[in-house]
Amino acid sequence: MSEGSTRISDGSPTPTTPAERSWPLWEVFVRGKRGLSHVHVGSLHAPDAEMALRNGRDVYTRRQEGVSLWVVRADDITASSPDEKDSFFDPAADKIYRHPTFYDVPDDVEYL
Amino acid sequence: MLVVVGMRVVVGVLMVGCAGRGIHPGILSGARQAATVPGVVPRTLPGSGVISHTGRMYGNDVIDPNEPLNAAEQAAAEGTDDGVASLSPAGRREQAATDLAAFDALIAADQRIEPRDAMPEKYRQTLIRQIAQHAHSEIIGMQPEGNWITRAPSLRRKAILIAKVQDEAGHGLYLYSAAETLGIDRQELLERLHDGKQRYSSIFNYPTLTWADNGAIGWLVDGAAIMNQVPLCRCSYGPYARAMIRVCKEESFHQRQGFEILWTLMRGTESQQAMAQDAANRWWWPALAMFGPPDTGDAAAGPTSGSHTEQSMAWGIKRFANDELRQKFVDMTVPQAQKLGLTLPDPDLRWNEERGHWDFGQVDWDEFWRVLRGDGPCNAERIAHRRRAHDDGAWVREAANAHAAKAQTRARESAA
Repeated sequence: MSEGSTRISDGSPTPTTPAERSWPLWEVFVRGKRGLSHVHVGSLHAPDAEMALRNGRDVYTRRQEGVSLWVVRADDITASSPDEKDSFFDPAADKIYRHPTFYDVPDDVEYL
Repeated sequence: MLVVVGMRVVVGVLMVGCAGRGIHPGILSGARQAATVPGVVPRTLPGSGVISHTGRMYGNDVIDPNEPLNAAEQAAAEGTDDGVASLSPAGRREQAATDLAAFDALIAADQRIEPRDAMPEKYRQTLIRQIAQHAHSEIIGMQPEGNWITRAPSLRRKAILIAKVQDEAGHGLYLYSAAETLGIDRQELLERLHDGKQRYSSIFNYPTLTWADNGAIGWLVDGAAIMNQVPLCRCSYGPYARAMIRVCKEESFHQRQGFEILWTLMRGTESQQAMAQDAANRWWWPALAMFGPPDTGDAAAGPTSGSHTEQSMAWGIKRFANDELRQKFVDMTVPQAQKLGLTLPDPDLRWNEERGHWDFGQVDWDEFWRVLRGDGPCNAERIAHRRRAHDDGAWVREAANAHAAKAQTRARESAA
């Protein structure tokens, strides 16, 4: 996941007490109000989805910032890599005719 | 670890109107608009042309419709066409140089660096240290005020104080979350705090002796924190900047509630006024020290000054020099103290017509370094309390683990 996958020790066996590090990382998404998409707000650690949801509520919506909450295991998110940004997104680059400004139209035509 | 489990308190009625206003008018400028409700995307129709560049939220830059529409037009305009694909080992070094150039270009363009972008190792380490220290300050900062929850003078004050202390925990969690995007586990950061390998703001090594101290902390300490933190909303590292937007919004409630505590005391009995004055006397200088050592001069010699500040400014992590922020804070606070009827404990404090600023005396930097290095009134107590709280919470974490494991086993069994 874009904001989580670079962490080094989460989820892997560690020499210290296992209970301390075994909680997976969850990414939290909040729908601000009806009609809007969920937006990523941050992450937290929790032993399971239910706790992630409850703690997500307490951490990220103390001031009525949301009407709906998603929590997603960071490990379950597949993200594009910044390294391949160019090759990944460039195919869109040669299709500028997809944009309305590509077209030459007379200036005095309304509602176009 | 999640310190807020089970601490949810409903104080919505008391906080109406706090969230959206009350942030310092003078210093917020661009960041002000960014501090909208998380999850709310500015509703502007494409092409209507009213979107400003400051309408950023969580790094989602709203694009000015008059700018080239996308990379396609940009590339066409600049005549660049880099179809970089897989690289030979020899090309790797070139790739590293390209990465660094890409990083420098983003910084130069005042764009945000995001978690998986290539970044210099020193940039990453500087951020980890700064964000961690900031996160530690938030959760250690729960202690001086938490100390007064059971003795708050009214139910109203108590509910507010609980909400405030819970906010501090939340701020710590936003920040640990941001730090983790740099490739470090928050458990490791907590261990570094517990082992004294990472610091927190030295202001929290001072004790809260009276109720008025809660007012002084909100007014002065949170006021200074806001002054420091508002520029961080424009920090070059995206997750940190986004966390700071949330923090700053909430801090303005903290500062106003602190001011209100003192405002109430100053209109009370003589001994209440004396209590407020005593708190202001004790917190004024430590609050000024929060901005860090001077940027120049004799007192500037210290582990965090000089080239370090310069580098942070070049990287867009820091936006203003320490002395600049300290002056702003003094200029903002003196009229507030006058309104409260409090005397700030500085004989050198006077308006300088020529400069258009308040002149003020020298912070005792020896004391600052002494307290930072561990010799403050409460250093040992704060860390001991923190470790104890963490250890005492072990059974909660174990129980949560056991419950999660059981639920998982049951789910597997019922699926089989």
